[in-house]
Amino acid sequence: MTRIIVVTSGKGGVGKTTTSASFASGLAMRGFKTAVIDFDVGLRNLDLIMGCERRVVYDLVNVISGEATLNQALIKDKHCENLFVLPASQTRDKDALTEEGVEKVLKDLEHLGFEYVICDSPAGIERGAVMALTFADEAIIVTNPEVSSVRDSDRILGILQAKSKRAQAGGEPVKEHLLVTRYSPKRVEDGEMLSYKDVQEILRVPIIGVIPESESVLHASNQGTPAIHIEQSEVAEAYKDVIARFLGEDAPLRFVSYEKPGLFKRLFGG
Amino acid sequence: MSLLSLIFGSKPKTANMAKERLQLIIARERVDDGKPSADFLPAMQQELVAVISKYVHVNADDIKVSMEKKGNYEVLEVNIVLPEQN
Ligand SMILES: Nc1ncnc2c1ncn2[C@@H]1O[C@H](COP(=O)(O)OP(=O)(O)OP(=O)(O)O)[C@@H](O)[C@H]1O
Ligand SMILES: [Mg+2]
Repeated sequence: MTRIIVVTSGKGGVGKTTTSASFASGLAMRGFKTAVIDFDVGLRNLDLIMGCERRVVYDLVNVISGEATLNQALIKDKHCENLFVLPASQTRDKDALTEEGVEKVLKDLEHLGFEYVICDSPAGIERGAVMALTFADEAIIVTNPEVSSVRDSDRILGILQAKSKRAQAGGEPVKEHLLVTRYSPKRVEDGEMLSYKDVQEILRVPIIGVIPESESVLHASNQGTPAIHIEQSEVAEAYKDVIARFLGEDAPLRFVSYEKPGLFKRLFGG
Repeated sequence: MSLLSLIFGSKPKTANMAKERLQLIIARERVDDGKPSADFLPAMQQELVAVISKYVHVNADDIKVSMEKKGNYEVLEVNIVLPEQN
């Protein structure tokens, strides 16, 4: 059975693509055959973050419209043996995403033996975002500790609970996970930023992780390497913890509290 | 900003405001969606019972609260039946 996981948020620029790339890579590193699909038709980005932009020939829309086969469009990741990327079209618009077309692509991925399919949702609540979540079994709600992002996350939760196939079938609902990203423990400590506990209390979705705000995300995207591969970075460790929790392992939250730099560090720099 | 905070560079603590505003707006928008998430109603009902009981005798069941959408308005209805006096 394939598990389909949508990475969504409502608001733009909160870290969906960063998360999709690292989450898919993390599952593949654990040995699962994984595909990650860019649903951001017209504004594709996942190929850049995965570092496979020069190998894009066909895309999701080509597959849906029958201009290419799924096998032709899937790009093998350069870091992980069992990870494949299905890019979005740069030229078409989101209307090219039909529900039947998306469903067929997902079914075909299942036949190819994929264990996890990660759907990187575009921002907004329109067609692209709805198509990305329609067939989801689980959802990662990416939220920044900031008012507009939290409100938009609540909107997208409402849409998930209304428009997903699981919601409409009335059976087991989509399993929701809250991921708080771009988190700055110092600013939380100073009372300038919502804490992850505040966000969780407001949205009432179980938390799967907290990703700190860090320069290493920019370094990662500059190189076209998912952040989870940046050795010894907090962001990579935090994403690996997310994978562990997703797989049911016990992993306490890390990088969520601020440690005041000691006197030595303040005097001599760290 | 006060002189002291200018000197010591303390920034305003606004996270609490963010939280309070979000709690209100999200409760309201969930009602708008027609989702059955006016889930603050039971807690509010209990608090009302507690407050009103300070002044008059009421039965908990005689205080009813409900939230309804009528056109562009939301109507929060609180219905309190006082026990008959004899
Ligand atoms: N943990 C983080 N620390 C610092 N910067 C981050 C972090 N996560 C994401 N970013 C930065 O935020 C920006 C947006 O990230 P990303 O593209 O993943 O968001 P998105 O939700 O996919 O955006 P869109 O809605 O446009 O698809 C990027 O510049 C990225 O480098
Ligand atoms: Mg994106």
